Amino acid sequence: MDDLIQKLKVQIIEQLNLEDMEPEDINPKEPLFGEGLGLDSIDALELIVLMEKEYGIKIQNPKDGQKIFRSIETMASYIQMNQK
Amino acid sequence: MGKLFINKYCHIKNNKVFLDGKLVFSDDEDHDMKPFLKSVYRFLKPSYNKFFKMDEISKLAYLCSEYLLQDFDLSAFNKDEIAIVLSNSYSTLITDQNHQNTIEVADNFFPSPSIFVYTLPNIMIGEIAIRHKINGENIFFIVENFDAGLLTDHINNLYLTRKAKVFIGGWVNMGPESYEAFLYLLSPSGQTGNNALEIEKIYNT
Amino acid sequence: MAYFLSTNIISSIGFTSEENFSALKNGVIGIKPVSEPSLYPEDFMAATINRAALKQKLISIQAAEIDFTFLERTMIYSIKQSLENTNVDPKSKSTLFIISTTKGNVDLLEKSKRHDVDPERVALWRMAEVISSFFGNPNKAICISNACISGVLALNTAAMYINADQYENIIVCGGDIISRFVVSGFMSFLSLSDEPCKPFDRDRNGLSLGEAAGTIILSKNPSASKQGIKFIGGATANDANHISGPSRTAEGSYIAIKKAMSEAGISPGQIDHISAHGTATPYNDEMESIAISRHNLQDAATNGIKGSVGHTLGAAGIIETAILLEEMRNNTLLKTSGYKNHGLSEQINISTENSVLELNTCLKMASGFGGSNAALIIQKI
Repeated sequence: MDDLIQKLKVQIIEQLNLEDMEPEDINPKEPLFGEGLGLDSIDALELIVLMEKEYGIKIQNPKDGQKIFRSIETMASYIQMNQK
Repeated sequence: MGKLFINKYCHIKNNKVFLDGKLVFSDDEDHDMKPFLKSVYRFLKPSYNKFFKMDEISKLAYLCSEYLLQDFDLSAFNKDEIAIVLSNSYSTLITDQNHQNTIEVADNFFPSPSIFVYTLPNIMIGEIAIRHKINGENIFFIVENFDAGLLTDHINNLYLTRKAKVFIGGWVNMGPESYEAFLYLLSPSGQTGNNALEIEKIYNT
Repeated sequence: MAYFLSTNIISSIGFTSEENFSALKNGVIGIKPVSEPSLYPEDFMAATINRAALKQKLISIQAAEIDFTFLERTMIYSIKQSLENTNVDPKSKSTLFIISTTKGNVDLLEKSKRHDVDPERVALWRMAEVISSFFGNPNKAICISNACISGVLALNTAAMYINADQYENIIVCGGDIISRFVVSGFMSFLSLSDEPCKPFDRDRNGLSLGEAAGTIILSKNPSASKQGIKFIGGATANDANHISGPSRTAEGSYIAIKKAMSEAGISPGQIDHISAHGTATPYNDEMESIAISRHNLQDAATNGIKGSVGHTLGAAGIIETAILLEEMRNNTLLKTSGYKNHGLSEQINISTENSVLELNTCLKMASGFGGSNAALIIQKI
């Protein structure tokens, strides 16, 4: 799980162009949207692409994204449960 | 109704930034455009995280507008009296190619929304408008070469029909081999009158 | 003053403005399932032009030294149709071409496909030049690419130049095609509906893409106007809020309508009918309802045609204005295809049936990525 969280942090920084941010700056429990990392609606869509491209997980209903992308931790556990 | 005057202009090309014709920043170490744009950002220190989300041509347009507007008090005008009139010849070709690369082959088909959204040239106008809270008229022309006549004509028409009082006009272009941003600011007060010859002249300085 | 001279629409539901108008009246839906892996790996819904049916008509469009893309050919054909029965001379110095498109010949970027034309025609200015040169026009064609407001913005620009006495006639032509580029992009935005889109409906869940070419000729000469309708105001405005999501207060759209009304010198009570942008995405339609209600235009009969012809991007503002002209000429308000149950926070008046209605003064709205918004107002002479 810790390895996955670490990997996700790196991928998110890379994919979402979070310049000036190091993996250790992100608290895996911290909200990704709103006051946390301050991601926006395009980032949310980009995370859906990341899930499919890197983990082969297709999120059909974007509304599910709200729960899955709450934090790095919720993302990691969703990946663990759904990866084939 | 009075005339429009040229208040300021900014030119970014060949890894140099010129403000009102004077060199204000250059980075001779980096010859690539990407690190150059980043170094301009670091130099200006605008602390605007959205910058890193932009595609390269929007970064270029944004930086040029930062220089152009840094000493100008936009708040003296209504937000909907400020117009942005831009042009280029490549539209968003570089970002179009980036998007195309994500969809070219079936077994590596991952179109990215954050790339796709930048495949419209007027996103540059949007980025400048968001940064400076500008609600006025917008238009993006695609022309073969910088066309001072077209821009001047359009701006004067908007001004005479009272659609706007302050104008950000110019050219932000990026192709496979080169890039260039030239923005100018017009308002109803100043010394140098706005006309195509004058715009052509400052473009060529 | 700028007067509407003539129009043409080539879309999924017809090859003339009259055909399109009558298809809309009859509730024809051009949006259909498309199974074409070269456009998208899975099936999707879109309103495509019937290329086989158009082929014969396009054959006549030839030039000695140049080949045309499908989009160029279709736009040229649309312009030719709209020039018929007018006395507009496309070769005259006093005639200007304004071309509106978002992505033009973007399919030329596909490396895996073989292309019959010079790849440099992916440049939009070059496409505009190719079209105006076909007609032997001596002026440099103006090309506007401003996302989904391109068409309305092109009409506003044309009217402004005519009002300034710069040209006698301006031929405004808009076009965009369904391409792998555009379909995949909107798919990645999760903004495509899995059924024909439902503008303003409670259950709307995204847009449907369409392809079209449309032409409107504006003239400074009122007697030439068979349609008897003039352009009286137009404006654009930016939300200054987000590059892809519309403003929650409809700021840009509100300002564009306000400025258009001010130029037209009319009050909201004079507007009989609104042709909305109506993409059927949850946010766009809600935003438009807010703009309409902020202007106290809740009672004006409002409709949109994207539930039938789809979102035709750079052509949208032009073909939708051409349909609006047909509605006015026929004093017929069209129903809104796809709309059943009201699904907006504002109680605006969306048309559900075709009806006879005296239409004198009408508003056209448009909004798009980049926070862009546009409005134009037209009136019977």
